[in-house]
Amino acid sequence: MAAVLESLLREEVSVAAAVRWIARSAQSSEDDPGEAAALSSLRPLRKEFVPFLLNFLREQSSRVLPQGPPTPAKAPGSSAALPGRPGGPPRGGRGARSQLFPPTEPSSTAAAEAPSARRGGRRRGPGPGRERGGRGSGGLEEGVSGESSPWAGGRRPRGSGSPGSPSLARSDPPNLSNLEEFPPVGSVPPGPAGTKPSRRINPTPVSEERSLSKPKTCFTSPPINCVPSSQSSVPDTSPWGHGLPPGCRSLQEEREMLRKERSKQLQQSPTPACPTSESGSPLPSRTGNLTAEPADPARVSSRQRLELIALIYSSCIAENLVPNLFLELFFVLQLLTARRMVATKESDLEPIPGALDSLESPLFQSVHDCVFFAVQVLEHQFQVLSYLDKGTLKLLAENERLLCFSPALQGRLRAAYEGSVAKVSLAMPPSAQAVSFQPETDNRANFSSDRAFHTFKKQRDVFFEVLREWEDRHEEPGWDFEKGLGSRIRAMMGQLSAACSHSHFVRLFQKQLLQMCQSPSGTGGTVLGEAPDVLSMLGADKLGRLRRLQERLVAPQSSGGPCPPPTFPGCQGFFRDFILSASSFQFNQHLMDSLSLKIRELNSLALPQPEPSDEDGESDVDWQGERRQFAMVLLSLRLLAKFLGFVAFLPYRGPEPPPTRELQDSILALRSQVPPALDVRALLQQGLRARRAVLTVPWLVEFLSLADHIVPLLDYYRSIFTLLLHLHRSLVLSKESEGEMCFLNKLLLLAVLGWLFQIPTVPEDLFFLEEGQLDTFEVDTVTSEQGLDGMPVVDQHLLYTCCPYIGELRKLLASWVSGSSGRSGGFVRKITPTTTTGLGAQPPRTTQGLQAQLAQAFFHNQPPSLRRTVEFVAERIGSNCVKHIKATLVADLVRQAESLLQEQLVTQGQEGGDPAQLLEILCSQLCPHGAQALTRGREFCQKKSPGAVRALLPEETPAAVLSSAENIAVGLATEKACAWLSANITALIRREVKAAVSRTLRAQGPEPAARGERRGCSRACEHHAPLPSHLISEIKDVLALAVGPRDPEEGVSPEHLEQLLGQLGQTLRCRQFLCPPAEQHLAKCSVELASLLVADQIPVLGPPVQHRLERGQARRLLHMLLSLWKDDFQVPVPLQLLLSPRNLGLLADTRPREWDLLLFLLRELVEKGLMGRTEIEACLGSLHDAQWPKDFSEELATLFNPLLAEPHMPEPQLRACELVQTNRGTVLAQS
Amino acid sequence: MILTKAQYDEIAQCLVSVPPTRQSLRKLKQRFPSQSQATLLSIFSQEYQKHIKRTHAKHHTSEAIESYYQRYLNGVGRNGAAPVLLDLANEVDYAPSLMARIILERFLQEHEETPPSKSVINSMLRDPSQIPDGVLANQVYQCIVNDCCYGPLVDCIKHAIGHEHEVLLRDLLLEKSLSFLDEDQLRAKGYDKTPDFILQVPVAVEGHIIHWIESKASFGDECSHHAYLHDQFWSYWNRLFGATWASREMEAACLVPLPDPMVCSRTAVRYLVSSKGKHKSTCHAGILSISGPDARGLLGPSPCL
Repeated sequence: MAAVLESLLREEVSVAAAVRWIARSAQSSEDDPGEAAALSSLRPLRKEFVPFLLNFLREQSSRVLPQGPPTPAKAPGSSAALPGRPGGPPRGGRGARSQLFPPTEPSSTAAAEAPSARRGGRRRGPGPGRERGGRGSGGLEEGVSGESSPWAGGRRPRGSGSPGSPSLARSDPPNLSNLEEFPPVGSVPPGPAGTKPSRRINPTPVSEERSLSKPKTCFTSPPINCVPSSQSSVPDTSPWGHGLPPGCRSLQEEREMLRKERSKQLQQSPTPACPTSESGSPLPSRTGNLTAEPADPARVSSRQRLELIALIYSSCIAENLVPNLFLELFFVLQLLTARRMVATKESDLEPIPGALDSLESPLFQSVHDCVFFAVQVLEHQFQVLSYLDKGTLKLLAENERLLCFSPALQGRLRAAYEGSVAKVSLAMPPSAQAVSFQPETDNRANFSSDRAFHTFKKQRDVFFEVLREWEDRHEEPGWDFEKGLGSRIRAMMGQLSAACSHSHFVRLFQKQLLQMCQSPSGTGGTVLGEAPDVLSMLGADKLGRLRRLQERLVAPQSSGGPCPPPTFPGCQGFFRDFILSASSFQFNQHLMDSLSLKIRELNSLALPQPEPSDEDGESDVDWQGERRQFAMVLLSLRLLAKFLGFVAFLPYRGPEPPPTRELQDSILALRSQVPPALDVRALLQQGLRARRAVLTVPWLVEFLSLADHIVPLLDYYRSIFTLLLHLHRSLVLSKESEGEMCFLNKLLLLAVLGWLFQIPTVPEDLFFLEEGQLDTFEVDTVTSEQGLDGMPVVDQHLLYTCCPYIGELRKLLASWVSGSSGRSGGFVRKITPTTTTGLGAQPPRTTQGLQAQLAQAFFHNQPPSLRRTVEFVAERIGSNCVKHIKATLVADLVRQAESLLQEQLVTQGQEGGDPAQLLEILCSQLCPHGAQALTRGREFCQKKSPGAVRALLPEETPAAVLSSAENIAVGLATEKACAWLSANITALIRREVKAAVSRTLRAQGPEPAARGERRGCSRACEHHAPLPSHLISEIKDVLALAVGPRDPEEGVSPEHLEQLLGQLGQTLRCRQFLCPPAEQHLAKCSVELASLLVADQIPVLGPPVQHRLERGQARRLLHMLLSLWKDDFQVPVPLQLLLSPRNLGLLADTRPREWDLLLFLLRELVEKGLMGRTEIEACLGSLHDAQWPKDFSEELATLFNPLLAEPHMPEPQLRACELVQTNRGTVLAQS
Repeated sequence: MILTKAQYDEIAQCLVSVPPTRQSLRKLKQRFPSQSQATLLSIFSQEYQKHIKRTHAKHHTSEAIESYYQRYLNGVGRNGAAPVLLDLANEVDYAPSLMARIILERFLQEHEETPPSKSVINSMLRDPSQIPDGVLANQVYQCIVNDCCYGPLVDCIKHAIGHEHEVLLRDLLLEKSLSFLDEDQLRAKGYDKTPDFILQVPVAVEGHIIHWIESKASFGDECSHHAYLHDQFWSYWNRLFGATWASREMEAACLVPLPDPMVCSRTAVRYLVSSKGKHKSTCHAGILSISGPDARGLLGPSPCL
């Protein structure tokens, strides 16, 4: 590979040719034969060139960027012997950049052809070792010692210098443990004077672990800022040194240690910006000295060489030959902001005469070189830069180095900055917070049983309770989701027995997920709290500033470096933990089903078609709305897909890839039969064909980002990756022609794809692997003229929302300015692309094609708002129409059904027959009436639509246009309503009638008679009667007083009793506040009161002393009671209680016994028809069972015998009143 | 009539281990003549219930039951007409109705082969005439009519109060021409848990947006408030207006009105009015007073639309 680079440097081959050569395997005719010859000999190495170049640049820059944010990268290593020596003093934070690619390839990979790769600092999270993770560092395991000198090795394309023998190189993996071959970083290799110092990063213990491919637990990776500059101390003294038992090196602990280390550093260093390598390095480190070395264009060494390499590098970026565009930009910005060069030996700094055109001398000999190179690349990448957010542009434009090295570029950046006017707040409109009860899906009818319904009811409450608790507590230190909520969640899941309950719960879960996590504030985990209100109280001018300030405060400091692993930030964490804690197979399955369905639905959602843009700016306003809609759909899809990926691959997720090839093969064999949870390949293909990649790919990437290690090796997913790689390569940003994808759309896809290629589970070599097949790739998109891809649906806002890691660029620049870590503040510039898109000719879809075409044509010539208005009106009126039909026609039919049912019940007797049968009969009678629905619906739309259209369109709309619009609205509304009605009216009627039938049958229940009899209060009633509760309470007091115990001075006055009964009468006549239980108790209490009166047990408070009630008063009160019982009570009065043993017992205790009141009462009862004689007899009969004092029994018998001795009427069927009438005389006589 | 937190505390203080009898209530009334009987009774009842909840278990150990039963038997053996059971309950500081239940249960266990079912016991307590033993019937009846915090009559009174105030509230809403859906209508729509009324158009009361109203005809002390919050209000929140962000705010807002002023009325009625504003953060709940039939129309300052 180096040979290629060298031949370029020697100008044997032109850059253009080289890039063509890299990008396409076939030679094009433009190529100079000489060049072709030079390159063709290197042909087998073609695909290794880019990795080589990237590694080369990283390696070269390692001295300049010993610290500072790392540049992650992931590319297979091609320059095999980039030496490093274990045991040597490590250099903080460098690993990421300086040594990315392992010199050997993993023996375990199926992709043995490919150069192996290692991951960059993107994985820095848990510790320095991650940088060197990946299988690449297999060198440690394999331990094959390289015999060549480090330098010689460096020149061999990973092999090695002999271009024809890559296989040899492959079989000759370097041994990282070999001090000879991998000398400690910064140490002078024992080679000849002219050789370069090796800049191999030394493996550290943590890296050792990584090298064994230990857990790459993406979810726990902290953001990059939290990671200190890793190996800042020598391994022996480092807290994660070798001395630790392996168990201690869990990521968790590592992180903890790193955090501590970091805080220590923060205390020491005034500028915590860049993680710095502190002690331990023998090199003159820049610890504590962050003053940047001034860069001077005049002091650039080997300008020509730098220009050339910058050109090649830029071309590779432009052709999308690098895996991640933004990673490279990040690297370049790092070079731009390099503070100072780490001093090395004099000889390194001296340009070696004659070696200028070779790779012998270091590429970057000073900060000047770095800056020069960076500015060169940035010049080539201006177009991409100009689409970055305003803040980044400002920082770039204000960068003094940039101004110094390229005033022209600075001018263009400034212009771009000033030109970017569209400002968009990062905060999205707040969405609703909890899923509301949905009567259509959540009501009883949707559940199999009452039990399931009630279970779901409880679950809803538990779910929200859990959610609230999480909200409140998840930020508390020491709070643990599983410990805090796990058992409650599982208990709740345990109740979900029926499959249908699962689907209900999953629907709730999914809706809540979408509501909570869609907005960036949700994903960021920040809740704005009171802020919106506070802000809205301020003036509009201050509002913007405050909002920016607020965003700066609430925005996460970093999203985890330019290539963060997939995480579940903010609220998403709740849902992830919920799934994990629930650990319910059924739930997961239902969730997957539901997510898949929703993804399919959203993915195929017809998003607004472009309309010809008007000059009046109205179209721009329209686009805002449409873009918003697209953004909402896209963000929802990404969220759903992420969770689908999470759940789908959950069972397979393990900490590491299978250790051996055999194991891997057997897993592959097993897994290849498992059908995918969602046929994402088909959806991707459809998306590409329909030119909707801009919608499909971002969510697909989210889905794949959560795949396990095996997934990318499966044929099915491999083909998806191939497709994505092809897509990636085809998204050349500089190509702007008709039918091309919009720039920002491309940028979004490049960003997400680039990110995907850096995911730990995606094999490192994947990106470079498929290169050979690229030529065969032609997305057959020509079939559809206009898809979403060609529309400016993506704006910076969406781009930054989807890819927060792009913001790292800005943080890097900001940290250069401030010397401290940049914060992601401010807001994203929003550019409104001026691209205009033609209206795609829509093939007529329905049979009324011509009519539809006419309508299209009509709209074509009108402002887009007209169309929207018409569609809106049609949509609403259509929907209202259905509701109207439900409320009128269907309600009428239900009433008919009810009356029919009543008739049926009357004719068939109370049983009414089988309800199902009844329903059938009713439906067969009523459903035919449903046909009216269509006519009525048509009338409704005809009547309502024109008015609405007229009200919504401008007054000045020409009459003809107005009437056409009205007609179209009527047509569309009718179409919509009738389509629904004709499909659903029968089912609707059926459902409603069924509900009515069951209602009626239930109402038929126990006491239909009582229902009918109940009266309300009279019309004139003003509801001023005492409240029933008050009366019960009062009567209860009297009863208590009578029953005792009581104080001597306690008692009631006869007036009070009379008043009480009067009030009772009022209350019973005003039924406003009376409920049946209260009335029943009142009835019972009144009977008890009567008993006490009869037994003369009520202590009367009189002027002299407590005494008994006078006989006359007692009779008057009893009369009042009798009339209440007869006329006012509407519930049955338990008069038999009068003769209960207990109440008669009261009488038994009095001396002398007074029977006349009781007899009076009984007589009156019989007379008023309140009690039948037989009834009284039965009561008296039962009295004999009780044990009485002997004399009492005798008295009782004497008194009642005449009554009992009455000749029995042969008529149990006779009504009580008749009985009373016939026997009236006798009863009177007896008394 | 608004009760301050201090007043409430004073009343509650007087109620520590006071038997739930007519006499106690009378004393309370003399002590706090400015408070309505209903208010005092409601506070009394709630305080007493808290007390019973705390001590319930100790009266239900088999030893305790046995000793109560023996004491009862001895007592009625001496004099069946004396208030044996009532005195026993007062002496051991337990609600008379509940004591009656314990003894009745124990009695039935002794006299019938099968252990009595709950419904049989309840039915006998509702109508002591059904109790096979005349003396016990009288004793039980005496306990029930003399207990002002527990028992079927008290339950009925509470139920009646609840119903009455729903009616009052409905009248009030109608009077103010506020359009609402009541529980029955909501149930017909299929809601599983519903407040008493959902306003179809929210109103603002004292600066809070009110969406639904739940009538709780009882005194709103903190404890019952929390209980209702947990049992019912969150459920409404979960269904109607979302709650997830509201937790802190709602709790805070619910508690704020409690200390001062605390709301109570002649009938010790409480309406918990809950609301949710446009933003998730402006969730509030307030307690508004309504003052029985003689001072209707007191739903806070008159609601404005």
